[in-house]
Order: sequence, then C-alpha cells, then structure tokens
Amino acid sequence: MSKFGKLEGLYAREIFAQAAKEAYDRCPKLDPKKDIKALFVGHMGESYEHQGHTGPTVADWAGLLHVPATRTEAACASSGAALRAGIYAVLSGLYDVVMVGGVEKMTHRSTAEVTEYLAMASDYPFEQWNGITFPGLFALMATRHMNDYGTSEKDLAMVAVKNHYHGSMNPKAHIQKEITLESALSSRVVAWPLKLYDCSLITDGASCIILTKPELAAKYTDMPVHIIGSGQASDTIGLYERQSLTSLAAAKIAAKQAYEMAGVKPEEIDLAEVHDCFTIAEIIAYEDLGFCKIGEGGKLVESGETKLGGRIPVNTSGGLKSKGHPVGATGTAQAYEMYLQLTSQAERRQVKDAEVGLTHNLGGSGATAVVHIYRRA
Amino acid sequence: MSEGTQFTLEQFCRYASQGKLMGGKCRKCGKIHFPPRPLCDGCFSKDFEWVEISTKGKLMTYTVIHVAPMQFQSIAPYAVGIVELDNGLKIPGIIREASLEQLKIGMPLTMMFEACATTGQWPQWPRYYFKPA
Repeated sequence: MSKFGKLEGLYAREIFAQAAKEAYDRCPKLDPKKDIKALFVGHMGESYEHQGHTGPTVADWAGLLHVPATRTEAACASSGAALRAGIYAVLSGLYDVVMVGGVEKMTHRSTAEVTEYLAMASDYPFEQWNGITFPGLFALMATRHMNDYGTSEKDLAMVAVKNHYHGSMNPKAHIQKEITLESALSSRVVAWPLKLYDCSLITDGASCIILTKPELAAKYTDMPVHIIGSGQASDTIGLYERQSLTSLAAAKIAAKQAYEMAGVKPEEIDLAEVHDCFTIAEIIAYEDLGFCKIGEGGKLVESGETKLGGRIPVNTSGGLKSKGHPVGATGTAQAYEMYLQLTSQAERRQVKDAEVGLTHNLGGSGATAVVHIYRRA
Repeated sequence: MSEGTQFTLEQFCRYASQGKLMGGKCRKCGKIHFPPRPLCDGCFSKDFEWVEISTKGKLMTYTVIHVAPMQFQSIAPYAVGIVELDNGLKIPGIIREASLEQLKIGMPLTMMFEACATTGQWPQWPRYYFKPA
C-alpha cells in the first residue's frame, strides 16, 4: 500500500507503482513478470485526472505490460469489486496468480469538484438533481437512525475519535493525529447532523494485494493470509427507493454470503475494517454485520468494544476517517490491513491473538457492498 | 393518456412541467413504477399505463446540506428529505419554507412544481420541491 495522504506531484499511475513495489517486495519468491497473469484495478473517477482506461495504465507502470488489465468500477467499492474479480479469476482455475488493487488521486481537486465527482455514484435524476451530496445521503440515514434508535451526535463523534486514535498509530495514514470529542462535535456542519469530523478524508493513495490458490501460497510467500469468505451484493441506486433507511440490504446480503462461505459467525470475528465513509456508516455496519443488535450500533461504539483492546476492534488502520479514503483504493487497503494484522505486522496497533478478520466495503450509499473474511494461515 | 408516450424519465419530467406527478403502472402485475421505467422489474412486462401520484406525503428523514455541489452553492444551506407520498411511494426532494428546527420526521409536506432554478450543464427540466402542508 502506498502512503495515504496528499501526494502532491504524483499521478495515480505513479502512486499505484509504489503499492505494487511493496507487494513485490513482500513476496520475494514471486517473479511478477512471469507469475502475475492478470490485474484487476479499482478506480472510480476519470474526472480527477481526465484519465480513464486505468487497467492498462497502471499495469504498465507496475511493470506488468501486456497482462490482461481491467478496471473495476463500483464507486467507493471499486477495489472491493477488484478483489472479488480476482477471486473469480483464481477460483475459476483460469489463473494461478493475479494482482488486485485500486487507486485514486483526488487532492488536487477542489472540495466542490470532489463533492460533485463523488455524487456521480448516486442517482442522477432524483438525488444529484435535488442537490443531495454523499454526506447528504448518509446524513439522511443518520437522521432516521437517531430518530428510531436514539443514536446521538456524540455516538457519531465517538466513531471519529476512535478511528483517529487508531490512525495515530498507522504510519501510512493520511492524518496520524488524535482528535477530541469536543473538537469533533464542534466542527462545522457539512450535512446536518454530519459535521466535518464525521466525514472521511479526500485522499490520494493506492493499494494492492497478490492472490493465489491456497495450495500455491507457500511457493510465493512465507506469510500468506487465507481469504475464507467472499460476498457481494447490489441494491437500488437511489437511497429513497429502499425499504430501510437505517440498514443496508446489500451489506447484509454480502455479509451472509461471506459468513456462509467461511463457515464462521459474527461472534467469531476478531477484528474488522468497515466502510466508515461517514461515522453513521460504521454504526450501521456494526448492525448489518451482526456485531450488535439492530439499533444498538451507537451503544457499541460507546462501550469501547470496537476500540483497540476491546472485544472486536474496528478500523484499526484508522479507517476511511483517519487513514483516508482514496475511493478506488479503499477496498484493497482494507484487505492490506487484514494482511498486516493476521501476519502480526501491525506493530503498535496490532490486535492481540487476531485469527479471523472481516472487511466491509460500500459503494455509493450502499448500492454495492463487498464483504470478505480472512483467517490467519 | 399513455397513447404515444414512453415510460421514461424524460416523459416523467414533461408531466412535471404540467404540474402532474406521474408513475407507470404495469398492466400485467399492477406494480406502480415511480419513477417510471420501460421494463417492469417484477414481471418483465413492457405494457404500462400512466397513473397520477398524490403530491402530498410525509417526511421520512431529512438533512440540511451546507457543503453543496457547484450547481447548488448559491442556495446552500438547503434542506432535503425523503418523502413518503400518500400511496406509499417515495421520492427525495428539496424542502423549502421550513427551518432545521421546524423539520420533523412525520410532518406533512406538499410537492410544488417550478422551472429549473439551477444553471449550468444540468438539465433544464422543470423541478419540484416540497413545502410544509
């Protein structure tokens, strides 16, 4: 994974090359040119750099000229979808080794431009057309969650405080700094009830991982991690059309698929990286993934159980909130954190005795959800 | 009413310009598509008729947007919500004539129609908004 942050003077393809180089270095027995047979790369927006056709572009810069290279686009779940695509490629038997990853270069654009580009992942005729931004969509969920379950603005802020605490221990995080509850609660309103500190960061970055069959892993690395469950689901593009405004059906379906494939239950998950694009999204993720009962996500963050040292640490990387959210890179960056944690390389933020982890990656307001489950080898 | 018209978003907007909120009812399975669509997602029929939808409803959830996309910056901050219309169909929209303190889940709202208020590349179709009933 590249450093996440404001990477001035670098194009997306150059940032991706940094992530690829680290992946190669971590697999010293892998010959990338010979062994990597395909590349799937998540990338959301060609507007940022006026550059589409990301597959071949980053393949070339990663030294993989001529491999079949395909961009996957599922908004902020673009590289979660790339990971799924890589799993299809390996499990189908077509390839033994593939690279999956994602990249986004965002910080050279103004907040207004980024707000507009991100909104493209929502429904155009009814949501964008009515000036509903991405913070706006998650604010609509937050207002209803607060109304139905008594979730408070303080609960939301506690997600931000926790994730900044975790991110302060991640040398690759965009903002490696703790914040106080007071500063989160008094930050300026973006889309009421969501304030600046409820929102993830506009970040540059890239991430990638190398996938192979379990029986071949030892040939390439001494420190593999097993992906034991995978799920993906879709939902209506418009939030307004869905049955629930406080739960994401796609996330629940994807989680069910992943849990069933892995043969594990929510209680067996030791740690998770969830898609905290906005603080309310993490609270809803707790509920959709079965980490607590419906409506009790606010209480779960208040209890401290999702903080490092708690029952189920969530977003030890700092999450999208503190590590940053280069949208196309986020899905495989979550997988990268699982790799570090389940090979005991997460240093100060290491979860003790972590055996089974889960990643939850959302696209848009939940029209795409991708869930993966990992086990220590 | 359906003669010669297609069950598309463009036609939906043409009706809105006449002050009518219209959905497409599947003649085979009875499902009302709102907004209209040319293929029934329930039974795959392409046989529809237009039905007029109530412009009255109640607020399901809301927010007030402070950081707006470029095309909406001139009206920010503005309230938006998701409204459940009287027949159970849902639609999002801007809410005017109500402050944040006045907005309440469950409050009755009425849809109003007007010419497009924003500028730039976005469609110049007539728009709708909600106000307290």
